[in-house]
Amino acid sequence: MNKKQKKVLRRIIAAAVLMIGIECLPVDELLKFILYMVPYLTIGHDILLKAGKGIRNHQVFDENFLMAVATVGAIALGEYREGVAVMLFYQIGELFQSCAVGRSRRNISQLMDIRPDYANIETEDGRLEQADPDEIAVGTVIVVQPGEKIPIDGVVTEGKASLDTSALTGESVPRSAGAGDEVISGCINLNGLLKIRTTREFGESTVSRILELVENASSRKSRSENFISRFAHYYTPAVCYGAVTLAILPPLVRMLGMGLALEWADWIFRALTFLVISCPCALVISIPLSFFAGIGGASRQGVLVKGSNYLEALSETKYVVFDKTGTLTQGVFEVTETHPSGMEERELLEYAALAESYSTHPISKSLKKAYGKTVDPARVTEVEEISGHGVCAKVDGRRVAAGNDGLMRREGIEPEACEGQGTLVHIAVDGVYGGWIRISDRLKSHAKEAVYALKNSGVKKTVMLTGDRREAAQAVAAQLSIDEVHAELLPSDKVNALEKVLAAKGSREKVAFVGDGINDAPVLSRADIGIAMGAMGSDAAIEAADIVLMDDDPLKISKAIRISRKCIGIVYQNIYFAIGIKILCLILGTVGYANMWMAIFADVGVMVIAVLNAIRALDVEKV
Amino acid sequence: MKKTYKIDVDCANCANKMEEATKKTAGVKDAVVNFMALKMTVEFEDGANVKSVMQDVLVNCKKVEDDCEIFM
Repeated sequence: MNKKQKKVLRRIIAAAVLMIGIECLPVDELLKFILYMVPYLTIGHDILLKAGKGIRNHQVFDENFLMAVATVGAIALGEYREGVAVMLFYQIGELFQSCAVGRSRRNISQLMDIRPDYANIETEDGRLEQADPDEIAVGTVIVVQPGEKIPIDGVVTEGKASLDTSALTGESVPRSAGAGDEVISGCINLNGLLKIRTTREFGESTVSRILELVENASSRKSRSENFISRFAHYYTPAVCYGAVTLAILPPLVRMLGMGLALEWADWIFRALTFLVISCPCALVISIPLSFFAGIGGASRQGVLVKGSNYLEALSETKYVVFDKTGTLTQGVFEVTETHPSGMEERELLEYAALAESYSTHPISKSLKKAYGKTVDPARVTEVEEISGHGVCAKVDGRRVAAGNDGLMRREGIEPEACEGQGTLVHIAVDGVYGGWIRISDRLKSHAKEAVYALKNSGVKKTVMLTGDRREAAQAVAAQLSIDEVHAELLPSDKVNALEKVLAAKGSREKVAFVGDGINDAPVLSRADIGIAMGAMGSDAAIEAADIVLMDDDPLKISKAIRISRKCIGIVYQNIYFAIGIKILCLILGTVGYANMWMAIFADVGVMVIAVLNAIRALDVEKV
Repeated sequence: MKKTYKIDVDCANCANKMEEATKKTAGVKDAVVNFMALKMTVEFEDGANVKSVMQDVLVNCKKVEDDCEIFM
């Protein structure tokens, strides 16, 4: 509790004690009134003062004003006890709200406590000195000791250590880093001493960017938040006019229409209960709080959501469109099978690697890797790349053709027919068929589970887009049980393919696109929700996407959807609960069944429950 | 141009009122008040004098919610 809150608490206790004391005294009406003024002013003087200021500033529907009218009205009607109690409980409620909000603010910022406070710099005499990370220039060598956080992104120059990345990715298995490895800020060094040359400024480092992103996330308001703002805008005035009507109309009707007694006091009292119920605070506080907690909880799981609106949209996701390479597969090509005919396997690989040695294509890299020895470029001459087919070159004076079926036929050779996923490289040496090599991308270990989990969490259809061959794409899709495949797409075709999915969906259904942020920025921004994965340190992906998955585990997609569902569920619970109770109390108040106490519950009690419910959105570890 | 300010305000509805008041201030293009982070992001019109606009914003905010503060 801060100073302000403690002061209010003291006033609450003092007023409560005084009230109980007065209740026990046997005094007459006038004295009772005077005595009750003491706790009333103790607890309510600031509200009355603010109400006065509000009137001067033409803020009639200010909650202070409403409370002042309700309590003064009650006292004027002789209900001293109710008048003081309403003020007392209102203050208790405000105090509780301010404590609860302060607490959740701290909870969430603790959760996001990945901001490093200092960076160690080695001085000339070998001692370590702590410096403000903001003042470290790019290229400085910093030292990170065991147990410390890496403060700034950089490259390890010396040392070896396991890094705990859980604060960034939610992944509990440590990652190891040694000399030459890039490391990102926010990771905790578990065991070794690391020297790191910084590659960015602190403000541009991963940890600063994440914090900024999450803090700003609640500025992008969701539909439900906008609804509540509009609702609050009309609700309070409507209830107040309702109160005035209730105070005037029924008594007049009774007198003029039915010839009954006026009973002003009774109707005014009912109107005053209206005023107590009229504050929209429970809604106005609990909805943004739920989103704030949900976004905070998600970020702890390695899911960064850039705004409440995206969290809301994510919960309505019915279609998930994947990019294949780097998203469902590892994006690393490997030789998975060799099938020599008429020559040694080693020979086949050697010819292939040499012929392709001038290419920078991933396929060439994987061939060189499989060959295992360094390639001597002097052995290769007359290299001719045949676009879309492969390469022809002279290797040790022999003419080698390496490429697809088309290239073989061009060379007048009928290649061996062969099915299955991946890319085939056929080799012919001096016009004689030498065999084939299969190169394929490996599926991510969780890819199959991830698609299954999406189906289980209510996603209607999964779609895969890829630039790969149709057969290869279909083989992958079948293995992962993906519903629809669009293959052989150029980067620009991907947007068109996505447009088709967007056109086919229903109005409340959302389409999410998942990519690795490389070459798919236009698709990321065109989808209802762009999800970039494995984005640690990649600026372009963080920029283009609405949701960023910190590690590259596709299982996180369904987790993110479940987190959003939980959060939105809580939001709707709060909306229905708060509006429902308030309307119920208004109806009961009109017919005379609800007294001041019930009105206090509808105001303060509902708010307390809604705030407590909102905090649940923070707990998403096991969603 | 956009600028972010730290603010202090007690209730969420008051924060909403501050947002409305800020939006209506001359020289302000758009404003977002983030109650949870106690931050206020103001986007100014081109060529607006930030200092004097923010003075007006503070005055307008004080009108709708006496108990608020903007740290400039």
